[in-house]
Amino acid sequence: MNGVHDMGGMHGFGPVHRDEHEPLFHAPWEGRVRAMMNALVAQGVFNLDEQRRTVESLPPAQYLVLTYFERWLAAFRMILEEKGVASSAAIEAALQQALREPGTQSRREDPALAAAILHKIKHPKRSSQLGPAPRFRPGDRVVARNQHVRGHTRLPRYVRGKHGVVDRVHGIYDLPDTKAHGRGNHPQPVYSVCFAACELWGDAASPRDSLYIDLWESYLDPA
Amino acid sequence: MQAEKPGDHDHAGHSHDAGHHHGGEHHHAGDPSREQLLAAALESLLVQKGLLSSDTIDRIVEMYENDIGPIIGARVVARAWSDPAYKQRLLSDSASALAELDIHMDNLVVVENTPTVHNMVVCTLCSCYPWAVLGLPPTWYKDSAYRSRAVIEPRAVLREFGVELDDAVGIKVWDSSAEQRYLVLPERPAGTEGMSEEELAALVSRDAMIGVATVAPPVRAR
Repeated sequence: MNGVHDMGGMHGFGPVHRDEHEPLFHAPWEGRVRAMMNALVAQGVFNLDEQRRTVESLPPAQYLVLTYFERWLAAFRMILEEKGVASSAAIEAALQQALREPGTQSRREDPALAAAILHKIKHPKRSSQLGPAPRFRPGDRVVARNQHVRGHTRLPRYVRGKHGVVDRVHGIYDLPDTKAHGRGNHPQPVYSVCFAACELWGDAASPRDSLYIDLWESYLDPA
Repeated sequence: MQAEKPGDHDHAGHSHDAGHHHGGEHHHAGDPSREQLLAAALESLLVQKGLLSSDTIDRIVEMYENDIGPIIGARVVARAWSDPAYKQRLLSDSASALAELDIHMDNLVVVENTPTVHNMVVCTLCSCYPWAVLGLPPTWYKDSAYRSRAVIEPRAVLREFGVELDDAVGIKVWDSSAEQRYLVLPERPAGTEGMSEEELAALVSRDAMIGVATVAPPVRAR
């Protein structure tokens, strides 16, 4: 999707603002939302590609104005509805309840569930191990396809149509373009591809600089 | 939403606890925010349904706060600086090298800074980050300015971070767009000969392992 999230190379965002003393979370709800999404991915309720696709589906102006965890929260609500975990009406009712009586949410402990989910988070499984033999080898010249997928993809605009060299083969991984939309895993090789900075950004870039990005095989053609 | 320059947002957008709120309706300082209430509502629903339990969420948050952080990556760097054979294993087969330090992560790529190569990590599409070895990312790593600029003008970004590279040094920017995560192995500073791994680890900052800082020599050696 040619969305605003695909911001590599964009201008106008100003300097990088750093806060040396920032807290891990700016409010407790940020940590709890992150933890809940982490846990539900570990439990297979939705996958990371679906989560990213949902964040990217926020209207562009909203995406830019929300903080990182506000985006997560908005996406979390959407994906719970999409997956049928909770209806829009049920969420609205729970929200109204929270508005009427903030701080009264019920607690339920389940140490066995907590231990199982923690274990999955700490020992994540690779998406795929098996798939087709790699078509490219390190040193092969490739070109990133100039394709404008309307759905989720991990091929950013700034490399499309650009020539690069395969640096290494990472192995076989599920294809986000289909996995994010429930259209299957379609495992395929993923490569680290090196692009000269001048190929991407023109002669103003340093001839010594380069950009490495991980690309699925179907994002690439031989050059 | 009010007119707000994106550059402003990234800075001002995190001051909720100061009572400012830009994304939703206004509320009085001290009242729970709309986000806090929605998060609580979703948590209640998921707990009621049995998909999650309150202590599951507590323990994951505790893990973010207490169990993970840059010290894990710093120990890996210190070991690599102290043991050349370990460094080679780390660069060629990170999973087994990490397992030697009881870190279980099979998708980490360690990239080494040298006198002629400086590595720097970004995720332009979202905010992929090696949290198992660095903890959760700082806000600037997730903000539009860093994500947009790291790939097109890495030298300008590095200058803002106080890193001035010689023109002879080539920069490798790693855009972590897939399942691999990247950790920069910084150059070991002069004046650290004979230091223990623990002393070395204390010198290694999070930013140096993202590649937006170098490791300064210890104060005593200056």
